[in-house]
Amino acid sequence: MALPLFPPGEDPGPSFVALLRRTEPSLSGVATVEAGAAGVPVRHGTTVVALRFEDGIVMAGDRRATEGNVIAHRAMEKVFAADRHSAVAIAGAAGPAIEMVKLFQTQLEHYEKVEGVVLSLEGKANQLGQMVREHLPMAMQGLVVVPLYAGYDVAAEQGRIFTYDVTGGHYEEADHAATGSGGRDARTAIKLGWRPGLGRDESIDLAVTALYEAADEDSATGGPDLVRGIYPLVATVTAEGFAKVEEDEVARRFGAIVERRRERGRSS
Amino acid sequence: MTMPFYVAPEQVMKDRAEYAQKGIARGRSLVASVYDDGILIVAENPSRSLHKVSEIYDRIAFAGVGKYNEFDQLRVAGVRHADTKGYAYSRQDVDARSLANLYAQFLGQVFTHEMKPLEVEILVAELGADGRPDQLYHIAYEGTITDEDRFAVLGGETDVISERFATAYQDGWGLDAALKAAVGALAGPDRTLGPEDLEVAVLSRTNGRRAFRRLGHEELATRLAAGGRGRGARS
Repeated sequence: MALPLFPPGEDPGPSFVALLRRTEPSLSGVATVEAGAAGVPVRHGTTVVALRFEDGIVMAGDRRATEGNVIAHRAMEKVFAADRHSAVAIAGAAGPAIEMVKLFQTQLEHYEKVEGVVLSLEGKANQLGQMVREHLPMAMQGLVVVPLYAGYDVAAEQGRIFTYDVTGGHYEEADHAATGSGGRDARTAIKLGWRPGLGRDESIDLAVTALYEAADEDSATGGPDLVRGIYPLVATVTAEGFAKVEEDEVARRFGAIVERRRERGRSS
Repeated sequence: MTMPFYVAPEQVMKDRAEYAQKGIARGRSLVASVYDDGILIVAENPSRSLHKVSEIYDRIAFAGVGKYNEFDQLRVAGVRHADTKGYAYSRQDVDARSLANLYAQFLGQVFTHEMKPLEVEILVAELGADGRPDQLYHIAYEGTITDEDRFAVLGGETDVISERFATAYQDGWGLDAALKAAVGALAGPDRTLGPEDLEVAVLSRTNGRRAFRRLGHEELATRLAAGGRGRGARS
């Protein structure tokens, strides 16, 4: 590797993606796959949710990855810290999705280091949108990646949530969002329980309840795995930054939900 | 076509070295030192936005003295190199030694082949991990690379500043003591430097994955005021 120096006219600027395209085209993730993905078994990640609360946002994702009707992985992580003040969760084809997250994380940090300032939350959401758009050719072949992005807007002093479609279009959601195969059920659960000014604990409860409901209806979404001790991944982003909720706490909250359900009877 | 005059290679090198040294000596100096929790870098720099000290990667920092546009170009190249390497391999595989070598090669190349040498002196600092010691790579304008494991001084008047700093230096000292000694060494006996004249950053072991942290003016003022004047600040 030589020192990556460029003449002024060809400088890639603070963009890591542009840099990769010049220096390491093989890593830049430009889709050149010709073979159709149809029929090739691909791992899929499933349900992720995000909701806004008093101090920021809560994001949660189940842990299951599937290949067709087979469970491919039981402890996959789908919620990541994008940078200090934002989190990204993924649904869709696991391989390209995780690669996209890695590229996105590097891109945000790269911009911050080269420019000496952090991108605005809007700018970060836009960057992710461009990455999803670049991925469109692969999405057309079945390798769909749909991220969910949320963070704490330091300037506006509040949590904000963005959803994406395969074309890279990104839309700001007012209070909550869910995506993935169980997204519909999760969304309904959140919609019923959400109200303005939720506290941290209540919103974590609501997020895990939503995942529970999604797992109840959608075979591709994993519920709490009490035998192996695998629980959904929950994270919060507030003014203090990204923080993972300890597995013990998630387990405790799930335990309480399961207990309540049991008391209520077996009707639902 | 006119024939160029013959100039002895010794003379060419001497002239270039002189030119670079003059350029570097015009700027202000910088001191880096290890302390009990990591590495401290103190630069005399009145600007709040044109940084001399910056983050390269998780455990690696960059500092430069001399011509701003030249060392900043090197800084950006370092960030690009480190991020590309970390993305292609793994974050653990990014190390300061290979980066320092690249800088040294580039500076050496420019010094011998280009019209004008770069008027910079740079420092690549790496926080040791897994029992490895902290490392300071000091790279001069002509590509000479030296590694220090205690402290390094860059810029003009390095002899005097080094001497002042060396007398104050103690193994395993704390951040406040190191900071005061560095500021005192930079200032010398006739001047005092306040927080607004300084740019200070640390690579700290307690800072999480990204060890780099800048010390703001307020924190600097508090630290410099703590416990009276440091041993380095002789007046």
